[in-house]
Formats: sequence, C-alpha cells, structure tokens
Amino acid sequence: MNREKKKIRNRQAKDKALLWAVCLLAALTSVPLLAILGEVLLRGYDQLSWSFLTEPTPTAYRAMKAIEAGEPIAGGIANGIVGTMLMLGMAAAAAIPTGILCGAFLAENAKSRFAQIVSYLTDLLQGTPSVIIGIVVYIWVVVPMKGYSAIAGSAALCIMMLPLIVRSAEETLKILPASLKEAGLALGGNSARVTLKVQLPAALGGIFTGVLLAVSRVIGETAPLMFTALGCSFIRFAIDKPISAVPLLIWEFFNDPNLQELIWGASLFLLLFVLILNLTAKQLAKKWKQ
Amino acid sequence: MNDKLYKILLLATALAMPIVCGGVVYALVTDAYEAFEHFGFFNFLTSSEWSYTEGAEQYGALPFITGTLTTTLLALLFCIPFSLPVALFVGEYFKDTKAASVLGAATDLLAGIPSIIYGLWGFYTLRPLLMALNISPQGSGILTASLVLAIMIVPYAASLSAEFIKMVPSDLKESAYSLGATRAEVIRTVVFPVAGPGIFTSYILAAGRALGETMTVTMLIGNTNTIPHTITSTGNSMASIIANQFGEADDLRLSSLIAIGLILFLMTACINLIGKIMIKNARIE
Amino acid sequence: METVTPILQFNKTCVSYTKQTMAVKYVSAAIQPNTITAIMGPSGCGKSTLLRAVNLMHSLYPNIRVDGEILLNGENILSMDPIDVRRRAGMVFQRPAPFPTMSIRDNVLSGYALNGIRLSKTEKDETVERCLKSVALWDEVKDVLNKKGTFLSGGQQQRLCIARALAMKPDILLMDEPTSALDPIATAHIEQLMQELQKEVTILIVTHNMGQARRIASKSMFMYLGELVEYGDTETMFTSPTDRRTKAYLTGKMG
Repeated sequence: MNREKKKIRNRQAKDKALLWAVCLLAALTSVPLLAILGEVLLRGYDQLSWSFLTEPTPTAYRAMKAIEAGEPIAGGIANGIVGTMLMLGMAAAAAIPTGILCGAFLAENAKSRFAQIVSYLTDLLQGTPSVIIGIVVYIWVVVPMKGYSAIAGSAALCIMMLPLIVRSAEETLKILPASLKEAGLALGGNSARVTLKVQLPAALGGIFTGVLLAVSRVIGETAPLMFTALGCSFIRFAIDKPISAVPLLIWEFFNDPNLQELIWGASLFLLLFVLILNLTAKQLAKKWKQ
Repeated sequence: MNDKLYKILLLATALAMPIVCGGVVYALVTDAYEAFEHFGFFNFLTSSEWSYTEGAEQYGALPFITGTLTTTLLALLFCIPFSLPVALFVGEYFKDTKAASVLGAATDLLAGIPSIIYGLWGFYTLRPLLMALNISPQGSGILTASLVLAIMIVPYAASLSAEFIKMVPSDLKESAYSLGATRAEVIRTVVFPVAGPGIFTSYILAAGRALGETMTVTMLIGNTNTIPHTITSTGNSMASIIANQFGEADDLRLSSLIAIGLILFLMTACINLIGKIMIKNARIE
Repeated sequence: METVTPILQFNKTCVSYTKQTMAVKYVSAAIQPNTITAIMGPSGCGKSTLLRAVNLMHSLYPNIRVDGEILLNGENILSMDPIDVRRRAGMVFQRPAPFPTMSIRDNVLSGYALNGIRLSKTEKDETVERCLKSVALWDEVKDVLNKKGTFLSGGQQQRLCIARALAMKPDILLMDEPTSALDPIATAHIEQLMQELQKEVTILIVTHNMGQARRIASKSMFMYLGELVEYGDTETMFTSPTDRRTKAYLTGKMG
C-alpha cells in the first residue's frame, strides 16, 4: 500500500513537472517578440518625426558629411512610403476583385474537378517563396518592359496577395448560411444577383479582414521588390520607373554604412504599420464573427 | 447582371490561378534551361563549384541546397521544444481560456513581423550575443540563421498543431482519466498518438516556410558560396544566393540562379503537396 | 430487512458550475452492493453531473465545485486522490470511445498501462480473456486481438469499453447513457450484459430511457432540476410514484 502511494505520488510529480515545463517554455516563446518589439521601439523611437516621414532619403554622400560633422542625418523615408502605398494600391486594385470572384467560384463549385485544381494551385502559390515570385515577375515584366518599375513591383505584390484573398473570400462565403442564398433565389433573383447583392454584402466583413491580413503580409516583403521595383532615392509617382518601398529602404540602409542610422526609424514605421493592420484585422474578425 | 455573363466572369477569374501558376513554371523552366543545358541537370545539382571568373564560369547548386536543407532542419529542431509546449498550452492545458488567447495573440504577432526585421534583430542582437558567448567566431552563419528561422516558424507550427490537439475528442481523454491516468499520461498515451499525424504535418508545413525564407537568411548566413562544414560555418541558402546575386548577374549566371529558383520552387511545391495530402488524412473526427 | 453496508453513499452532495447555479442540490442516497441503480430525469436535471462526480471528473474542469460527501466503501472520495478513486470506480461514456491508436488487447489493458502497473504475459492474457468473456466479446474478437478496435461495430466498441473498465476490477461501474448511441439490437445486448455483470460489480447507470430503467434496474432515482426527487425500488416507483413530478415524468407529461 505504501509503495503504491509512493508510485502515485511519483506520477503526480511527473504530471506537475510537465505542466511547469509547458508553461515555462510557452512563456519563453514570447521573449523574442518582446525583444524585437523592444529593440525596434527603443532604437527607432527618437528618429520617427514629421520630417522623417515627409522627406526623401539622403544620398550616402550627404549622410557621410552629416556623420563627419557629428550632426543627425537629415532626410527620411518618404520615397519609400510613397512607393509602398502606390504599389500596394495597384496590387490591391487588381488582386481584390479577382481574388473575391475566384473565391466565389471555389465556394460555389467546391466539388468540381476544376475547382479542386484551382484550390490546390492557390495553396501552391501561397506556399511559393516570395523570392521566386520576384524572379518570375522579373522575367515576365521587367525584361519585356526593359526596366524596373512600380508596375513590376505591384505585379509581384499582387501575385502574393491573390491566394490570401481567394482563401479568405472562399472561406467566408462557405460559412454563410445556405438559407441566405435560398431566400434570395426564392425571391426570384438569378444566382449572379444573389451572389452580388446578398452573399457578398453579408460576407463583406470577413473578406475585408482577409484583405487587411493580406496587405499586412505583403507590406514587409523585400525580396520580390529587389528585382522588380529596384528602389529610387527620390519621391516619384511614375508607375513605369523604378520606385522605392519601405522594406527596400531598410535593406539599403542595412547595406550602406553611412545610412545605418536610419534603419531603426524605418523599421519602427514598418513594424507599427504591419502590427496595426494585423490587430485591426483581428479585432474586425472578432466583431464580424459575433 | 446576366446570369450567363456572371458564370463566365467567375470562370475567367478562376482561370487566373492556373495562368499565374503556369506562368511561374514556364518562366522558371525556359530561363533555367540554359544552365541545365550547359552543365547537365544532374551535374548542376551535384557540383559545388560557384565561380564567375570570365571564361571559366562554373556553377553548381550543391552548396546552396546543402545550406537550405541544413538551415531548415536545424530550424525545425530548435523550434520543436518551443512550439510543442505552446501548442499544448493553447490546445490542451489552457484550452479556451484567457491565458491561451493571450499567448495565441502573442504568437500571431510574432508571425506578423516582416522577415527583414527578424534579420535586423538577428544581426544586431543575436549575432553579437553568439560572439560574446564564444559559440560562433564570426557571428554569422548557419547556426545564427537557423535560430532566427526557428523563431519565425514557431507560430505556424504551434498554431497548426494546437488545432489538431484541440480536435482530440474529450470522450477519449475522459476515458483515459476514468482509468486513473494523470494529465501527463493522457497527453502521452491519448493526445499525442491521436493528434500525432496532424502535429507531424504541422512541422512539414513549417519546414516549407523555412525553405524559402529569404531576407532573414541572407542577412545572417554569412554569404559564402561553399559547402558549410560545421553548423557555425558561413554559407548560403538557395534563396539567399538568389537575393544576393540576382541583381548583378547576367547570361549563364542569371540562368543558373533561375535554375536554383526552379529547384527551390519544386522543393516547396512538393512539401506543400505532401503536407496538404497528409492534413486531409490527419483530420480527426 | 437485512442491513447491508452501502457501497456508495451520497451525503448532501452538491455540484456547482458557477457560484450562482447548482447543477446538483443536496443529494443524499445510499447504493447497495451488487445492484443496478438507474438515475433518470429530464435532460439538464443533473443526473450525468452526479454520476461524473463519483469519478471526480469535475476535477478536470477548474470551475466546477463539489460539496458535501461522497463515500465509496466508507471513505470520502472528495478528499482522496483522483487517481485512486478513478481506479476503484470504472466509467463508461455515452459514445463508445476505444483508444483508436491501440489494439483491442491494448485497449483492455490500457488501465494498467496508464497506471504504470506491470503485468506478466500470462497475467495479461488472463485479464484480456476474462474481461472480454465477461462482456461476451471474446468469441467475436479472439482472433483479431492485435487489430485496432476502431473497425468494430458501435455495440462491440461499447462492450470493449466496458471490458476496459472492468479490467481494473472496480468496486463500482458508472455508466453514462451507455446505449444512447447504439441501435436497438446492440442495446439489448448491453442490457443483458449488465444483468450478468451485477453479480461481480455494482452498477450505477444514467439513462434517459424509462423502459431501460424498468428492464434492468432494481433501484431507481428520479432527479429534477438538480434535486433527488425520489429514490426506491424501480417497480414501486413505476407503479405508484409518491411525488407528482415523478408521476408527470413517468407518464410522459415532462420532457
């Protein structure tokens, strides 16, 4: 009996040990998150200013002069912000309608052979490394157009957003109650009208969340823009010329010893942008689900 | 809107997927062809020479395939001791509690951080730390890249495995409890065996992410074009050699880089296909 | 009337999910050994909750509180170790749940494996044979003992689960609507089995099926809104219930 009791106590000790180990290791996982947020925030905080957001990047020479004179480097990341916004805007304009309609197709024809292939290809595209999207857009857009451009950059971003939007549209439409569609059809609407006037509006919240998440996912992409948008040191709005983007600027600052001071401000801006989009999307998703 | 027109429109947008994917494969294959023709497909895969001296150009993918595989495997290895506890925390111990949603939100945020920022953190914080601890002499290398990759894939592996752990029927767990098992024993004898295939699949899909991760690896791996011999050696992964050299390459080197891209694409496509098939089989009723 | 020490005794047992709502209110009752006692009542009356309390299932869920006493062979299980209690009280659940990753043989022996008790090969063989025979499954599965239990029919799976509970030689077998997921033929099988088993073990069964209670149980409890309304011989309860709520339920005037 005593031995029996001891054995049980031993097993319970093991049980407790596992619980503590799980809690400890799970808690440790948030250490890198805090470390990254902390580092970017502390080092970037005093750089983020109005002029940092409204002025273009200084040349390496000017930056070097400023460093030699012991002054803070003047200039900012406005060229990157403009480029990011311009390319995201174009990419979203193409990817959102295509993605929603493609998602509607998948939701309506879930069982057809063709839809299954499209569904697999969506996963394939979503899993394709972004650097490869960059190569492909380089081959299809940059080479024929004989130069890097905002168009090429937005094509890369568009291809990366597309599968994310397709999936979220498909999933949101699929969980709508069937009665909604039946009610619409019963009133005499054809299926096009029912989808466009009844189902899509009902699914709007979910799809919008998906779009926000897709944007937050691609906004920090660097590799595909390196071979498509290339970068540019002044603010411009031309879509057929090389253009900058915030992550591209971070990469440039990382590689240029004279500009390294600007890394953290740019990173903080990008991180805040991504996290705000992310949190807004999650908040909306919660609301929409209720 | 006309019903017929609408159907055609839907079909046309659905065709976008095959067109884009076909375009990806076509572009990669046609532009990689030159390299494969010049070196021979098999030779290209197994050669470890990467030199662009004019006249004696020699390109082989082996160092980068090795770099990609070692960083991915090490990242998986480092990620398991953290992602599994997170999955158990969220999916079993504190299922549907505030604590679980807080930890879930934290790992979601971790997944949202752009890879270039992970790279910066690895470069400016982790690298000096590894040097100070005398683990790695130059700081950059396979190990540094793998550690940061591991942090990046923890959220994917953890959230997907947690889904499968949550799906283990409570009937089964209660049956085991009713026979006198402790929670640790229920986890070992019921939760892990039942959720096992799903958890395994989560790691396969997480590996798929690590394979193609570009910026972090480019910033941390040290960028040398030789086969790494120890885990602290520098090297290059398939993605990082492309990121490093694509902008300056032309002709045969460009084609060789695209050939590496094609191989990387095929690798991730295979992993994702296997993962998708396994996930279908791993669903627990 | 002979006096037998009750094997299980509820003493003002209360179970609450939140501070305000009690699922089981001050239940007191004594269960005699080697009987089948049925707990009946409309859904949500607390009958499953009471049964699960005997196996300390509530200790898995942090919000649930149990007050009062539950005595198993005279010992208050609420102050005992859950592991110890659960070994003495076997439990069979609504849906048959054999462990899908274990063979039929390992399923029967799973209680020993889970409790880290080592058995010799002959002990194992004997246990498997004894338990499967006592649930009348031996002849059907003796050639496929090393296959997974999941290909068995629902009724067979449920009998396997009973065998699994019996393997630990429990003092009492708790059954939570064990036939609600089964077809009539499999149900009849299990009912017959329970009649046989009461020679070896005391059975406490929750059922929503009045006919089942009448067929198999010598004693019955009727619960309503968490209270134990009536407890006595099944026949007496069915023929002349003392409480009007029991009467309403038995005549189908209450869901």
